[in-house]
This record gives sequence, C-alpha cells and structure tokens, in this order.
Amino acid sequence: MPNLKSPVALEQLRNHIMTRRPPEQITVSVCGGTGCHAYKCEDVAAALRQELACHPGGRDVVMKVTGCHGLCERGPLMVIHPQGIFYQRVKPGDVPEIVAETVFGGRFIDRLLYTGPGMDAAALREDDIPFYRKQQRLIFGNNGLIDPTSIEDYMAIGGYSSLAKALFAMKPADVIEEIKVSGLRGRGGAGFPTGLKWEMCASAVAHDGARYVICNADEGDPGAYMDRSLLEGNPHSVIEGMIIGAYAVGAGTGYVYVRHEYPLALKNLRTALIQAERYGLLGDNILGSRFNFRIRISVGGGAFVCGEETALLFSIEGKPGNPRQRPPFPARQGLFGKPTVLNNVETWANVPVITGLGGPWYARLGTRNSKGTKIFSLVGKINNTGLVEVPMGITLREIVFDIGGGIPGGKGFKAVQTGGPSGGCLPESLLDLPVDFDRLIEAGSIMGSGGMIVMDGETCMVDVARYFTHFLTEESCGKCVPCREGLDRMLDILTDITEGRGRPEDIELLQELGEAIKSASLCALGRTAPNPVLSTLRYFRDEYDAHIRGGRCPAGVCKALISCSIDTARCNGCGLCARECPQVAITGEKKQAHVIDQGQCTRCGLCKDLCKFDAVVIS
Amino acid sequence: MKTDLEKVAAIIDRYDRHCDGLVSILHEVQHEFHFLPEDAVRMVAEFLGLPLVQVYGVATFFKAFSLQPRGEHTISVCMGTACHVRGAPNVLNEIKRHLGIEPGENSPDMKFRLETVNCLGACALGPIVVIDSEYEGEVNSGKVKKLLDKHKAAVMEKVHA
Amino acid sequence: MVQVRIDGIRTVVPEGTTVLEAAETMGIRIPTLCHYPGLSPFGGCRVCLVEVKRGDRSPLEASCTLPVDEGQVILTASRKVMEARRVVVELLLSSCPSSKTLQDLASQLGINRVRFKIKERECILCGRCVRYCKEQMRSGGIDFVGRGMASTVSSAFGTTPAECRNCGGCQWVCPVCERACLAGDLLNGLCGGCHNAAPVETCLVCTHCSESVGAGGHRVFHQ
Repeated sequence: MPNLKSPVALEQLRNHIMTRRPPEQITVSVCGGTGCHAYKCEDVAAALRQELACHPGGRDVVMKVTGCHGLCERGPLMVIHPQGIFYQRVKPGDVPEIVAETVFGGRFIDRLLYTGPGMDAAALREDDIPFYRKQQRLIFGNNGLIDPTSIEDYMAIGGYSSLAKALFAMKPADVIEEIKVSGLRGRGGAGFPTGLKWEMCASAVAHDGARYVICNADEGDPGAYMDRSLLEGNPHSVIEGMIIGAYAVGAGTGYVYVRHEYPLALKNLRTALIQAERYGLLGDNILGSRFNFRIRISVGGGAFVCGEETALLFSIEGKPGNPRQRPPFPARQGLFGKPTVLNNVETWANVPVITGLGGPWYARLGTRNSKGTKIFSLVGKINNTGLVEVPMGITLREIVFDIGGGIPGGKGFKAVQTGGPSGGCLPESLLDLPVDFDRLIEAGSIMGSGGMIVMDGETCMVDVARYFTHFLTEESCGKCVPCREGLDRMLDILTDITEGRGRPEDIELLQELGEAIKSASLCALGRTAPNPVLSTLRYFRDEYDAHIRGGRCPAGVCKALISCSIDTARCNGCGLCARECPQVAITGEKKQAHVIDQGQCTRCGLCKDLCKFDAVVIS
Repeated sequence: MKTDLEKVAAIIDRYDRHCDGLVSILHEVQHEFHFLPEDAVRMVAEFLGLPLVQVYGVATFFKAFSLQPRGEHTISVCMGTACHVRGAPNVLNEIKRHLGIEPGENSPDMKFRLETVNCLGACALGPIVVIDSEYEGEVNSGKVKKLLDKHKAAVMEKVHA
Repeated sequence: MVQVRIDGIRTVVPEGTTVLEAAETMGIRIPTLCHYPGLSPFGGCRVCLVEVKRGDRSPLEASCTLPVDEGQVILTASRKVMEARRVVVELLLSSCPSSKTLQDLASQLGINRVRFKIKERECILCGRCVRYCKEQMRSGGIDFVGRGMASTVSSAFGTTPAECRNCGGCQWVCPVCERACLAGDLLNGLCGGCHNAAPVETCLVCTHCSESVGAGGHRVFHQ
C-alpha cells in the first residue's frame, strides 16, 4: 500500500495504474445505485461473476459494480466498454447471452437496448438516448466509470490531481479566489456563494486555531437522492473537495453528516476514508505538504430540519437539532463555537472540478448569477425517472419533456414541484422558465437541493399542498411559534378543504397565515414551508375553489369528494373486487356487471387497483 | 429483561467517549437491543459527561429512535413525494387495515412494526414498501395482501426452523 | 461602539448589544414573551420581531437575538412587523387561551378574533423555565423533549430529576402557570377583559381578574 509522500509519487502511481488499463480493455459495469439495487441488480452482478468465471476468456474481462448511472426507470442497467453498449432492464437470465453475444461476440442484443418515446431506432450507447443527450454530466458522469470502493479507479480518471495542484501550486487564498471566480453557489438550498463563505471562515478569528469543514449529507427531501448517489457512487470526489476546502480555510478536522437511512453511502464513504488515509491523502503531512486534515463521520437520526446548518451543528455536538438565529454565521462561530464551513455533498464534489479546470472555465457554464451544472432528481409522473445533471439555465420544459420523456399514460402535464417539500408547484405556463436560483424564487419556488417532482392530471394540487404541509409539520423542530403552531393550523385548514369542510374565507386565511410563517419563522425551514401552499394558491386557485365551493375534487383524489362506480361496459363480472372489498360494498352476479353501494363505500381505492379491466371509475 | 450494559460501554468506548458520537452511539445501542433501554440511555449520558435530559432530548427528537421495544420485523412504507403522487396513502391504509395497527405501532405478537419513512431514494419504483431490508416496488393496494402473506409465511418458517 | 437607527432615531450602543436592548435604552418598547431578564435570549416566540432594512430586502428578525450591526436600520412597529406579530400572537392564543399574559398581549395588539382551531395546551414552549433552571439555578434537570407539535418541556423519562432542588423558579417564570386568565367562558378564544380597548355595554366574560383596570372600568370586546 503506497503512502504517497509527494505529488510526484501520486503521478507515478496514476501512470502505473493506467499502464495496467489499456483502452481496449473489456469492462462490464453493472449499476449498483439504490434504484437498481431495488431492482435486484446484485443478482445480475452475481450471475455475471459466475458466467465470467466459467468462460475461458472471462479472466480478461473486468467487471465492476458502479454507482448510479441516472436512468433509474430502466434498471438494472449495464454498460459494456470499450464500445459503450448500454443495456437496460437486465435480468439474471439475460447474462449468459450477454457474455456470449456481446462481451465476446461483439454483437448486441436488441431487446435489451433502450427505446423510448419519439425514437426511430433503439439506442446503442448512452449518448444515443435522449435522456443523456441534453445532460452535461460534469460531476455525476464519473459515477458510471468507477467502482466506488476502489481508490485506484478514482485515480485513473484523474482523481486527487486537483488536490495536488491546490497543495503545491496554490496558496489557500488562491483556492478561495478560484472558487469565487467560478461563481459556485451552495447546492444545498439557499444558494449562498461558496467562495464568500470560505473567505468569511478563513478570515474569522479562531482563538485556538481550530476550524472545521463539514459536508452536509443529510439529504432529507422526499423524492430527492442526488447526494446519496454521489456519496454512494463517487465518495472520493467529495473527500477530495473537502480536503481542498480545508486547506483553503485552514481547517484541521472535517465531518461528514450522513443520513442514517443511507447505509450504502455510509459504507462506501467509510471505505473511501480508510483508503485515503492509507494512501496519505488524509491525516498528517498530506502528500508531503505539511498540511494535516482528518475526516470524521457523524450520523443523523432522521430529522429533516438537520439539513439546516445550525441544527446540523447542534446535532454533531450531541444536542437536539433546534436551529438558532444567524448571525453569528457558522463561518464565524460554528461547530463547538469555532469558524466552520458547511457545504453539501454536491457543492463539495464541484470543488475538485473547479480547482482542476479553473474558476473562469467553470464560470462559462450556466447563467449570469447561477454558474455550473446542477443535479436534479426527476421523479413522480414522468417516463424517465432518474438523476439528471444539466447546465443552469436549461428550461423546465427541456428537463421534463426532452430528458424526462414526458408524462406516462397520456394524462397530461399539470405541474412540476422544485426544491423539495418547501418548494413551489409551477404550472404549465411556466415550463419555459430557465432553471436558476433567482428565476425560481421569482416564480414562487426555490432551487432547494434539486428535487423535481412531476405531477399529472391525476394529481390533486390541494392534496399535494396538504401532503407537503403535513410533512413539514412533522419535521418542524418546534422551537419557534410560526412554524410549529402556524404549520399545524395550516394543515387543519387544508385537511378541512380536502375533506369537504372548506369555507370560502379559508383561502384568504391560508394566504395571510402563509405570508406570516414565511416572514416570521426562525430558520429556512419555516421561511420556505408555506411555499407549496402559496404557490398552489397562486397557480391552481381553481382547484381550491372546486373543493370549497364546488364540493368536488377535479383530480379524483380527495376521498370525501369523490365517488367510485363500476363501468358496466367494461366489467365482466369476475368478482375479484367483490371478494376483496373491505366494506363488502360491491355486489353482482357472476359474469354480470357489478355495482358499488355508495352508502357502504369508503373510497379506499382497493377495487380500482385490483381490477384488471380498468372498470372502476372515479368521479 | 436486563440490559447488557457491558455491550453499551463497549459501544461508547468505540466513539472515544466524545459527544460528537452521541447519535451514532444511540443508533448502535438501538441496533443491539431493538430499542433504547432506559438504563442504557442513563449510561450513555454518564459516560459522555452530558446531562441526562440532553441525551433524552436527542433520543426523543430524532425519529429513528424508540424508547419502547419494537416489533422484530419492520415494515416501512415510503411516503416520499414520488410515492405519494403514485398512490402510497392507499397502500398504507391497506397495510394498516390488514395488520390492525397504526404507523409507529407493533403488532400484538411483536413480530411486526409498521413505520412510514420520508424517502428511500428509489423513486423509480414507487410506491415502495420495505420489509426488513427487502425492497418491494410498484406496490398498489391490491398487492398488499399477497405481499404481507408472503412475508408472514417467511417469518413463520424461520420460527419453525 | 456601533451606530444604529431604530424607528428613525439614531443611537450609539456598545458592540454585542441586542436590538431589543438598544431599543429599550431609547425608550422604545418592543413586546416580548420568551425573553426574560437575566436569562439568555432564545428567539422562539417571535413576538419581538422587528424589520431589518437591508437594501431592497427587509427581513423580519427576533430583536432579542439580533445583535446590533454598524449602520443597521430597524423598524419596530412597521406594517409588516405588526401583521406578522398579530398572526403569531393569534396562533399562540389559539394554543393556550388560558394565559393572561397572552390575552393581555392580544388586547394590546388589537387582536379581536381568533380564526384558528383552539387547541388547549398548558405550555407555549417559550423555554423560560428551561433556561431559568439551567442558567439561574445551575441545575438543568428539564429541557425540551420530542419534536415539533409533540415537543414538551420535561425531565428525562418524566421522573423528578436528580438535579431538582424544588426551588419553584420554573413555575415563577412561566407566563402560563402564574398568570392564568380566569374567564370561564372565552368568546372564540378571546377574553381581553383587562386590556381591550373596544368597549361593549355589558361585560360578558369579565371575572374582575386583573389589576389593570382603566378609568373606564372593565371593558371587553364582544363580536
């Protein structure tokens, strides 16, 4: 195990690794991201391992389980290099054929290739797929190339060369300047300029010289998993970013605060930290530079509010995660009262890129006030669920339709919600909005950490507003009154509306309460929490009116305002619904159309989910 | 049941008895005993030199911890946004109906515990139900009964073996 | 020393002073609730909100936790402040209508209706008791436990803490325990018998509870 003592030793090691990896090397990458994992990709990997072991040429093939490739919708995914052939929905049973035909035969298997809406022919490679074509995968693209548990893989793609550059060719102030020039803004939500934050920390008085850098990996947004996939798929890029940041601000200790719901991210991070220490990239005298830095892991306990920086700091200190007033900002008085830089996973992963390629290069990407790329998790009612990395300034329409492939089932686009639970819901008329920090705020939403949830005609916007408010009520820490009591009362009002007890004056009250919570709350959770309600009031007022005045739920979601019936033309009287109905509300003769007793029916939806003939109608 | 405090002490020592390990320590204690026993919590506070009420505050603040014993097998229903818009509430209602318990409760025989989670980051498969660590994707209320029967059978098999 | 401007008046105060303290030295009264003399600032109740002018933005901040800053421009009773403050007190009132401190505060702010569901709780989580116990008695047996709407002030495992010396200070500083509103039949969560400025002919709910009777006798607002 080489303990690297100089940047030259690092380069020698890299060259050594590269000589063992000729470009014509056959490599099969199986995606091991969480999405594919849920599709049982480990069975595919095991089948592949076994098949290669049996095959005479199997020894010359390198097999890797990599991090997330992004297109989770079509998992498990497999890419065969050097040709870059992209297979989707691979099952263990397909593996023998893949090995015989593609790996050794050089022929591709049609049924495993990607085809999608609006495509004439099946796609052979990632680049041929519309989902990938409009992306610019600066940070996330390496995920598919490396085994996250191998530091050598990371070095083979140039890993840790930015660190060597920072330590030996730049002064700490130069690093900060480079980040400032790049225009990088925090990817965790608020979008604070990263360079300014570092400068504040570096110039803050630290009595005993102690400073900290922290990586916020407490990604709590429901429907967002970019940070998880980065930590799982490329932990060294985050570590390298943190070391560079620590060098820039003069920190000796770093923390990564990880959600406990992310066991694989934790495991890969632990492995990566041990490797980095063994290679002399963490610890004392890093690469012979006399710079010392160590990283500790801190685990979260399931609290969304701990994504807020002051709450996160309290949590590391072993206290409940109740935010406190800023100022003083953590950059001046942070962890254990010491100057602290806190950035999220994606921000840290951008640092090696900027340090390596330079701030001016990075600043060419994106819009005037939002530079670089951003990873979004595109989920909900969308054809291509997955993680996408796009340059700032791309429009919502390009993301939803060109990359995401539009809405399944022809239900039509209704809204896209950006920024996690406290973001806003944007309607079709705003689809041409360029995505950047400031434009989203103008439209009543936020960038947040990059959740993007697509909703179709079957989504009730009042129900969605209620859902987010419920989530935030549960996640409010309870310290300040507007957030704790205000969200609770807001939820009461929304529940009344969805259950048919809405009053016309509720709309005005929601508006007033929302504005008050937004302006009076202590931390960013409360200050953004009314966004879902305020944005749906702004863009989908008609749905509120339909619930309150019309007594109906246009999307057919709110149980108190809908009824279930059976379409007699479609029902063939199989009787499945009648047998399973918990209320015994469905009756009918065999092979005759059935009927739902409206008095008994609780609109649980079981019959609709069970019916194979789509005969249950909700109105 | 008496808590094996030696195990607790070993866990605390692994984190250098530093307060920055409190949440991790509580996770490990819970993993060991399936919940946080009172004497273990008292010991953690004592060893880390923290006020007992602070440790108790942390244990009650975070959703991951339970001060009451928990059922052996955890059924987690993802209530993340992507799962919500794809019908997770109906799935949860159906599971509640079959088990006769609410989220955060245990079945009377302590075999199952029902929980909701905010997002499991596997949104392409929503709605998702995770039983112990096995992912079940694209669940709808019609599939719940089969799913539960399958896992109940697996549990019974283990008991007999 | 730091120069600030509060409600249009310039003043110079030592660095580290809070905006609340600075306003007090000028005779400007900002209503407070979780703030208590001798205890550390908490910033939870949000009653003492002030508007801070920062270029084209003017966020509201709690004056009890906000340190003065050179050139700061503060408004303590602007329209924005009053609107937010009224909603905050209305929310508090809906969760603890039996607190006379809150009823008085509501009257002062001219709140004449509570539009939210009344959820009677015995605690508004202002944390005065927690800080009193920790900071004045050096005991620290009680703290916030739980989270969000489920948070309460409690000792560990709900038992009498070993640190408790039965000083009773926690009750003494509590704005709910010590000053209960005695009006039995609150109109829509409101009493206001002591402080309300809008008189009606007969006082429906007045219990002669307060020392704060004005020259016009007990007055109450009635919708």
